[in-house]
Amino acid sequence: MYGNTYIENSEKQNKLTANEDPKKLAEFEARIAAGDKIEPHDWMPAEYRKQLVRMIEQHAHSEIIGSLPEGTWITRAPGFRRKLALMAKVQDEVGHAQLLYSAAETLGKSREDMLNDLIKGNSKYSNVFNYPALTWADSAVIAWLIDAGAIVNQLANSKGSYGPYVRALERICAEESFHLKYGHDNVVFLATGTPKQREMVQEALTRWWPPIMHFFGPSDKLSVHTEVLMRWKVKMGSNDDMRQTFLDMYVPKIWDLGLTLPDPNLKKNEETGKWDYTEPDWDEFKRVINGDGPCNKERLAVRRMAEEKGRWVRQAILKKDSQYVAPLS
Amino acid sequence: MEFTEKHVLGLKDLLYRMSDDLLILGHRNSEWTGLGPILEEDIAFSSMAQDKIGQSLALYQILQELGENEPDVVAFMRNAEAFHSCKMVELPIGEYDFSLVRHFYFDHQSAIRMDMLKDTVVEPLQMVARKFRGEIKYHTMHADTWMKILGAGSAKGKERMQKAILENAGLALGMFELSDYEVELSESGIFAGEQALKSTWIETVSQKLESFGFNVPDWDTVTPVYGGRKGEHTADLQPLLDEMTEVFRIDPAAEW
Repeated sequence: MYGNTYIENSEKQNKLTANEDPKKLAEFEARIAAGDKIEPHDWMPAEYRKQLVRMIEQHAHSEIIGSLPEGTWITRAPGFRRKLALMAKVQDEVGHAQLLYSAAETLGKSREDMLNDLIKGNSKYSNVFNYPALTWADSAVIAWLIDAGAIVNQLANSKGSYGPYVRALERICAEESFHLKYGHDNVVFLATGTPKQREMVQEALTRWWPPIMHFFGPSDKLSVHTEVLMRWKVKMGSNDDMRQTFLDMYVPKIWDLGLTLPDPNLKKNEETGKWDYTEPDWDEFKRVINGDGPCNKERLAVRRMAEEKGRWVRQAILKKDSQYVAPLS
Repeated sequence: MEFTEKHVLGLKDLLYRMSDDLLILGHRNSEWTGLGPILEEDIAFSSMAQDKIGQSLALYQILQELGENEPDVVAFMRNAEAFHSCKMVELPIGEYDFSLVRHFYFDHQSAIRMDMLKDTVVEPLQMVARKFRGEIKYHTMHADTWMKILGAGSAKGKERMQKAILENAGLALGMFELSDYEVELSESGIFAGEQALKSTWIETVSQKLESFGFNVPDWDTVTPVYGGRKGEHTADLQPLLDEMTEVFRIDPAAEW
């Protein structure tokens, strides 16, 4: 899991490069166009740095917040096989946070500052984790389809321009592919199991479909213009394109299991080759991402509690002469 | 030598106390997921939890060979009084000082126990003990590293650790509650016994605590918290089991 590329950005695009040295900017853009990777100590526009920090930080936060709804099910997983697999999966996700915070730190913001911004509510994480994982089947649907969505996003982003982020994503994608297998296997067992299991997984899928459709961010029609970010290879695909890729890969697999999706308009359009669907409720998306979802308060409260309970440990190991050092990329 | 019924009962008791400890402590350690004082500790506790639960599974499989039920049934269908785990492993994770001290006490015990079992006459147990030693080495290394850092860190941190070391000494000694089959276990070459394990453990942890700058509990005056090995547990075990088996019990006949 769990990153998505939706960047909250209300600033006018023409301001993004207003104060940059035109010559350096031209060289920078030429490097990116040629497929070069930008490294931490290379020159970069202030806006490039800012947007990348924001994006990588959101991705890192999504990993640790995402470990909470799934973590709830580690202690409830039915049987050794599932328990061991889920523990390993969620551990991977926390490991991804570690990699991503390090990648963001190379751009000049410390992990501590990022975590403080998270618990103060100043920075976002993937909106799907503001919804509850009510049953074991929810955790299976998350592991399959949210991870699948994340892979679609992350594979695209792993072709981006910032070296440390790209390298982190390559490793993350390799691990995610196992999560996807775990999630799929889990959903298959439920969908082909007893009537009760089948009912559980259908209900979970119905519950999770709107957040899954939200996962890729608002429709391109509504999304803020991102041309510069695309040119800089910060953002690698449009929200709608990613959503189409996901639908194309996973809707047939869901239907194959005899499960249904709660959208009567969902079908592949023979003429356009694209999927038609009911436009997700973007007002709800905005409302939830801005703090008013079913679990926003709980997620941040848990994170805040963990930060507070662990503070004495972090303070105890700090030496007087310790100095902050950004991680290697 | 030929095993009598008592030898087999002793062996099963030994295997149950080991596997139940590992399952329950592994479960507790996994509760740190998402909540560690730093991300690296989240990840470390999860790694150790996975090892422990994997180890418990291997031991339940040996029990299955001895005629007990299959591991999923044994782990997920028993009530608290059927568990042989010591009381220390059942307690909630509490704060990091408690979890770290428990980890330090437990894993040194586990390392020494596996060392004693590496030449046991029970071949499958010998094999897993040898394999586990390689894993537990990293668990004790992790515990020692943090105990050492916190022993040399801030005064407040050291004070918290010292308090946890002393307060939990009795719970730790509860790990060595004698079995009803000590004689059979040692005469048959299965296991040299809880008393021998305890002596080596006291020597090891005392030396380590001293080297980290902590006061060592006065072991002779510490009252061991027994009962767990005989099925008497704290009020925390049954809720843990209820949670652990919540999904499994929806339909125990289903494949999950």
